[in-house]
Amino acid sequence: MKLGKHLLGIEGLSKEEINLILDTAEKMREVTERPIKKVPALRGKLIVNLFFEPSTRTRSSFEIAEKRLSADTLNFSTGTSSVLKGETLLDTVLNIERMQPDAYVMRHSSPGSCSFITKYVKGAVINAGDGSHEHPTQALLDALTIRQKKGSFEKLNVLICGDITYSRVARSNIHLLKTMGANVTISGPATMMPQGIEKMGVKVETNFEKALSGKDVVMMLRLQLERQEKALFPSLKEYYLTYGLTEERIRLCDSRCLVMHPGPINRGVEISSEVADSQSSVILDQVENGVAIRMAVLYLLLGGGENETSN
Amino acid sequence: MKLLIKNGRVVDPRNGIDETLDILISNGKILSVDKKISVSKEVETFDAGGLIVAPGFIDLHCHLREPGYERKETIESGLNAALYGGFTAVCCMANTNPVNDNAGITNYIIEKAKKVSKVKVYPVGALSKGQKGEELANYFEMKQAGVWAVSDDGNPVMNSALMRHALEYAGSLGLLVVDHPEDKYLSEGGAMNEGEVSTKLGLRGIPSEAELIQVRRDTALARLTNQRIHIAHISSKYSVESIRVARKRKIAVTADVTPHHFSLTEEEVKTFDTNYKMNPPLRTEDDIKALIEGLNDGTIDCIATDHAPHAYEEKMVEFDKAPNGIIGFQTAVPLAIEKLVLNDKISLKRMVDAFSSSPARIIGLKNKGNLSIGSDADVTIFSLKKETFLRKEDIKSLSKNSPFIGKKIKGAVMAVVIDGNLFKLKEK
Repeated sequence: MKLGKHLLGIEGLSKEEINLILDTAEKMREVTERPIKKVPALRGKLIVNLFFEPSTRTRSSFEIAEKRLSADTLNFSTGTSSVLKGETLLDTVLNIERMQPDAYVMRHSSPGSCSFITKYVKGAVINAGDGSHEHPTQALLDALTIRQKKGSFEKLNVLICGDITYSRVARSNIHLLKTMGANVTISGPATMMPQGIEKMGVKVETNFEKALSGKDVVMMLRLQLERQEKALFPSLKEYYLTYGLTEERIRLCDSRCLVMHPGPINRGVEISSEVADSQSSVILDQVENGVAIRMAVLYLLLGGGENETSN
Repeated sequence: MKLLIKNGRVVDPRNGIDETLDILISNGKILSVDKKISVSKEVETFDAGGLIVAPGFIDLHCHLREPGYERKETIESGLNAALYGGFTAVCCMANTNPVNDNAGITNYIIEKAKKVSKVKVYPVGALSKGQKGEELANYFEMKQAGVWAVSDDGNPVMNSALMRHALEYAGSLGLLVVDHPEDKYLSEGGAMNEGEVSTKLGLRGIPSEAELIQVRRDTALARLTNQRIHIAHISSKYSVESIRVARKRKIAVTADVTPHHFSLTEEEVKTFDTNYKMNPPLRTEDDIKALIEGLNDGTIDCIATDHAPHAYEEKMVEFDKAPNGIIGFQTAVPLAIEKLVLNDKISLKRMVDAFSSSPARIIGLKNKGNLSIGSDADVTIFSLKKETFLRKEDIKSLSKNSPFIGKKIKGAVMAVVIDGNLFKLKEK
């Protein structure tokens, strides 16, 4: 089985496709454990990393994945590009396209921007986060982490807490977890719960304590500090008091509950240091799985042969 | 100069006419409407057999972009598109550059229009100086120059006291206030209707309530000041309900709806095609149903295009960064025919009224919007059977921002008469 041409989002992916990516990622993990962490699978392929928004984790993990697969890479970010001179997204892409890239990895603040560029490029487009829309590789690495720890998704009770309205991570995770058979609850201040979110098959519980009760997985989202100006919550202190994940609150969950966070974390805002650094926390495992997932996605989309993962 | 339009099905809602008749035009006026009018051979004759013959269509709401944004549209290109869309008169909004908030700009628009087109222009002046929402614009000098209404349109008036004073002051001069109902705080950053779809796409939403709140406020202010108000391009079922209630309470409120708001829903935005981005945003099937009911029972008086040209490169951007609006002149009539008349949602008579007699009544034009003897010889002739297939090269606007390019729509404008001048637009 093969994936589609692009990876624009989790919405629309089947259970089989998700499993294929996760299984491939497990094989890629083996590669990263070898003394020489490199395979020739994507030798001669040019991948452009187009980052119109700041990123540390996602960007470095894509870059490492590309290098481990022996692809050539071009890094493009707004700070150093002609975007600063007023070039449009489309013109930027049309120019890069003439350098014959095989794939684009793009992060942009506008929802739908990755799908917009697919009409103008020959290669594959991988969404590395488009506004508040989707961040598929994040959801996939979260899924890989959950599967490693819990074995399966069936009937798993997952809570996602924070600014759901602005979160692409939440959307991609909701699509993925629902497709894989988990139960998803979302929590956070009502000002951050978007209209009609229940239609995506989630339960909304704004009372954080009730929401935590009996959960197998808790995903905390990063609080964008500038949201305070928009009157979405009164103060960081009050946010921590109402929605901060503390040691007392984590006891409301299942005793083997996983604590996850896409990073970067705000210690003492959405999560206490004790919880972030606790046994339950798999936050750094998520980062580690990021490389394997991105290797898998690039490998599957750019059509490496079956045997090319071996040295 | 005479012209005979024969064998057409004449639909003239003002005079209660719907039958096959001939219309004789002389010196730019309607001379007679009767069965089998015979004329000498020299008289120009248009055979309207199988076609609908209606009073000239009037568009209450469009953007001609000149002066200032000639890259998007000029008065000449805009009026040519209006002509091809079947409009004999249009009302252009004041958001030009400089803003039409003084007699100089009003004069420029009217004089330029006379030079380049037969289509009549009735400009709408700015409600506030520079459309900044701070001070009233100079209504009297604009009225003398030819403005019939004032509006800040896309810069909605957030200051309720300013809106009150605009109603009072404009009303005393016989000018109508045209209201774009939108609470800018609630709609801030919004790129589409708020709801399930915006949530899924991660686009900021504009709730229907942003419109409803201003519809309620402004009908309340119309009552307070005892003045008329016209509410533009309503998009939601709540607004329809609210206007219906206001009318029952004898508040002098009129309203219009655009063809795209009764034809398309927010589902289209899933393509991230910026030709589905407009303000107010496309809403839901429920809203469409209510808008059509409102048109049918007269709660909504007119169909207006909100023709909003934008240059190619302005729309070829990320969805949330694109400007609002689509061109609408050349698709308005076919969309009304396909979505409303042929679907049996509203009668042909009501459709003709919504495009002609109702806008004429709102503007205050006694000699337009009807085919009475002595009225201006403005006529729109269209077919319910022919199709409109709009290719890019058929678009007369300078801008091509339409989601209907390459789509077939039932119904077609065949010819237009303005002041007795015949324009044949399409072969039978």
